[in-house]
Amino acid sequence: MDLVWKLLKQHISKLQFTGFFLANLLGMTIVLLGIQFYNDATKVFDGKEGFMKEDYFIVSKKVSTLSNTIFKQSTAFSADELEQMKEQTFVEKVGVFTPSGFKVRAGLNLMGISQMSTDMFFESVPDEFVDTDPKKWQFREGDHFIPIILPRDYLDLYNFGFAQSKNLPTISEGVATSVTLDINIRGNGRVDHFDGRIVGFTNRLNTLLVPQGFMDWANKNYAPGKKVENSRVILKVGNPADQNLAKYLQDHRYQTDNSKLKSSKTAFVLRMVLGIVTTVGIVICLLAFYILMLSIYLLIQKNSSKLEDLMLLGYSPADAARPYQKLSLALNAAVFLLAIAVVLLIRSTYTERIGSYFPNYESAGITTTLLVGIGLFVLVAVFNHMLIGRKMTKIWGQKKKTT
Amino acid sequence: MERIELKKVLPQVFNGKTNIQSDIWGQDVCFEKGTFYLVEADSGTGKSSLCSYLYGYRNDYEGTIQFDQTDIAHYPISQWVELRRRHIALLWQELRLFPELTAWENVQIKNQMTGFRTDLQIAQWFEQLGIGDKRNSLIGQMSYGQQQRVALMRTLCQPADFIFADEPISHLDDQNSKQMAALLTQEAKRQGAAVITTSIGKRLELDYDTTYKL
Repeated sequence: MDLVWKLLKQHISKLQFTGFFLANLLGMTIVLLGIQFYNDATKVFDGKEGFMKEDYFIVSKKVSTLSNTIFKQSTAFSADELEQMKEQTFVEKVGVFTPSGFKVRAGLNLMGISQMSTDMFFESVPDEFVDTDPKKWQFREGDHFIPIILPRDYLDLYNFGFAQSKNLPTISEGVATSVTLDINIRGNGRVDHFDGRIVGFTNRLNTLLVPQGFMDWANKNYAPGKKVENSRVILKVGNPADQNLAKYLQDHRYQTDNSKLKSSKTAFVLRMVLGIVTTVGIVICLLAFYILMLSIYLLIQKNSSKLEDLMLLGYSPADAARPYQKLSLALNAAVFLLAIAVVLLIRSTYTERIGSYFPNYESAGITTTLLVGIGLFVLVAVFNHMLIGRKMTKIWGQKKKTT
Repeated sequence: MERIELKKVLPQVFNGKTNIQSDIWGQDVCFEKGTFYLVEADSGTGKSSLCSYLYGYRNDYEGTIQFDQTDIAHYPISQWVELRRRHIALLWQELRLFPELTAWENVQIKNQMTGFRTDLQIAQWFEQLGIGDKRNSLIGQMSYGQQQRVALMRTLCQPADFIFADEPISHLDDQNSKQMAALLTQEAKRQGAAVITTSIGKRLELDYDTTYKL
């Protein structure tokens, strides 16, 4: 056993160090859990779909019984309205939905047998609003394949309704993208068959989205001369939480899928709450650090005559400081590792629970938490190291004056 | 290190005293490597202060102390550490042993730092000084005379140019004093080190070259 350590561990108060250990563990766990939970929880709100860029809103006019249903007033946007929309400061880009002017019948084709077919319609938005591999998202005249983005609800409808009632196998999103849709298009006296290939699913659009190129070509061929109305608009905005945006939509009686707005507000509140929690954690950490330093200072003070004697024997202040530096390093490292373990344990519990509410939920990685943890650990370790070192140098200088 | 020079050195507490009659205080004195010195002193004449000044842990003096022509007053910590490990050794009057450690560990705590002596050699010293059976006794359980012998062994666990011994045998009988003197002489001669011993009465019997009255 190291003799210096044997000597300097005299007067170690287990109670004080246990106090520090628990307090620091609590603080560190709160800080790291706060960060980890924030990252994991925002994933629920952010829910990147991969196909629709994030800050896009889909705006349509409200359908009212009187004006639209009875008087058959159009819900389409006029050119003026679109122009006005483009001029708003909070709007960065405006794209219109192009609906299909022809008839579409689509069926699911499983193992060569058509299982379910229904009348449908297609819509398209300018390709720049669709965030997917451009190679997959294109249609050239003569192609028999149409890439399609499907609302996720459709898959759920099949899996939880149709498939169960007919004893058919359920299909995952992965399988679905390899399934071919039978698509029949009728119009202008023609009927043509296409294979639809699902390239992705979306929660945001209740429509079957096809590439703009296909839509333009198909409308020209199957519904020539038919005027298509733009009843839905896609907006790119800088800040989804902009009050002017909400006001504009309200004033014009436009409606939007405002889950994005809500989620950004929820995320804000979440961030604030977790900010407070993390701050409390940091304060506890600081206090724990203070306890540790006081304990070590007290220990050094109690052992000061031994430390003096060691230095008189030829030990340098750095040599004398080393056992205490190692002690604080070991304690801090243990706290760090245990805190990470506790965070991971708690995390596995809550991600499971979140996962049961949001089946498509994917938790965030733990890299940020680890980095913050390591950062805190290094910061505290370096600070401890320095303070202990300085205290030793002081003891060296002290004896010169007092003896 | 070859020389230690004291130039008009006077402890600050003696400042203003006019009746100081000393071969060292207020004088120019030079200690040289390889020479054995005895500093005889009465109680309260600053014998331990002299050792403290030369060992660098007190500097409340007037005048100048030089090691090889350099003033020690401004040596940095690192230099003192190096000096205490390789050049100057001190056997304190108050011994400064650690009561929590055994006799063996008290010697080893110095030797593990310098790596200067083998375990075998230290074991032989324990036998030579008549405390071979006390190796594993805690210092606190040993007599003062036994502790003095442990402290001497510890002092010798480093290379040295100058070995200071501050009243090393105050609690030893003649037989044990002789054994200590023999060991100290043997190790000092082997390294060509100077020995500076202080005494207020009972002196360590060495072959002194010079005697000063403090």
